[in-house]
Amino acid sequence: MELLSFGDTGWGDELFFATLMTIAVSIAAMVIGFVFALIFTPLKLSKNKTLNIIGNCYTTIIRGVPELLVIYLLFFGGTGAAMYVASIFGYDGYIEINAFITGALAIGIISGAYSTEVFRGAILSIDKGQFEASKVLGLKKNIQFYKVILPQMLRLSIPNLSNVWQITLKDTSLISVTGLVEIMRQSYIAAGSTRDPLFFYSVAAVLYLILTFLSMKIINKLEVRYKKGF
Amino acid sequence: MISIFPSLLNGTVITLKLLVSSMFFGLLIGLLFAILRINKNPIINKFAYGYSYFFRGTPLLVQLYLIYYGLANIEFLRNSILWVIIREPYWCAIIAFSLNTGAYTSEILRSAFQTIKEGYIEAAKSLGVTKQITFFKIQIPIAIKQSLPAYGNEIILMLKGTSLASVITIMDLMGEARKVNVLTFKPFEAFITAGIIYLFLTFIIHNIVKYLEKIYGFQT
Repeated sequence: MELLSFGDTGWGDELFFATLMTIAVSIAAMVIGFVFALIFTPLKLSKNKTLNIIGNCYTTIIRGVPELLVIYLLFFGGTGAAMYVASIFGYDGYIEINAFITGALAIGIISGAYSTEVFRGAILSIDKGQFEASKVLGLKKNIQFYKVILPQMLRLSIPNLSNVWQITLKDTSLISVTGLVEIMRQSYIAAGSTRDPLFFYSVAAVLYLILTFLSMKIINKLEVRYKKGF
Repeated sequence: MISIFPSLLNGTVITLKLLVSSMFFGLLIGLLFAILRINKNPIINKFAYGYSYFFRGTPLLVQLYLIYYGLANIEFLRNSILWVIIREPYWCAIIAFSLNTGAYTSEILRSAFQTIKEGYIEAAKSLGVTKQITFFKIQIPIAIKQSLPAYGNEIILMLKGTSLASVITIMDLMGEARKVNVLTFKPFEAFITAGIIYLFLTFIIHNIVKYLEKIYGFQT
């Protein structure tokens, strides 16, 4: 147990900050995912064939390739691309892109694909009458979207978004391969220096279980709150 | 570009081997735990729930590390005959993937079992069919039929999951792509080619499942 104590001798404080890092990356990834979803959901629902294909390509490709691949591509490819751009401007040194940014972006792109599907499903399940009624009332297109469609869409998507959140939370463990010190990476370091992998990976597993458990509780509360309108 | 294909194809074979064996063991584990989940005994029930909660609530990477690095830490296991299996990264990966997909499969099958209409079981009972035959001839076939779409998703998730084997030194498709990247410093070619192969595999699995759904008919 003393391995988990806070301070210089134990790994308690390191693991605590690593847990905060996991939460931070997950939230950042989720937010980035929302941005992607808000861009690609209209594309997937659009009647324009080209836009439709672009939207479908995004969700199909991202959901069809391993998460690790997206991370590697951004991590190794991102550095290369940044150095290439910099070399055009005459800078030849080595550029390292922040592991947090690449990690959050990679996981964000992935969770965005799942969120897109969730939003699409939610919009499709909104009653047709809602669209017609708001049109009849003479609401402008963007007011119709913000005041009528968006609130209902968010409400309908909460249960499925909670799944996306769980997936995102677990996916952040993969960022450890790029060196960002979150739960997984910290346990790896601790396991390496104490030669007790069984203990530290069990701790990591418990930390993830606590995170998933707590987020389930919070999401359930949200769900109850947003169901009130129905 | 063409020169990297042979090594990636070797990796693909390993990926498929990992996928097929862990899906096979995972299905057996999933079926077992689904049966335990619908058991009325609260202890058995809780145990099965705990199993699926643990494996669905933690990342696959943690499970893989726990089995690959963690189990080797237990003196007792190292001296036993099991050491032959758990010292091989390949088998560790299969154990981790099977346990993981087993947990998801048990949930899929459990919900399928629970949606079987009571009427079927009652009808079998009134015809004097024994419990065992009802289970194997009525409940299991219907459950399999109903869970096909969800199970298809699980196969695809597992295909993506097998890419984690590369972090414990297995040269699967992902591992080969990493090696190409390190050797040639061409991340885009290596990873995009691997990505295309993964997409192709996903596409094939998707279509096979769709075909099976068509044959067996999705009905309740």
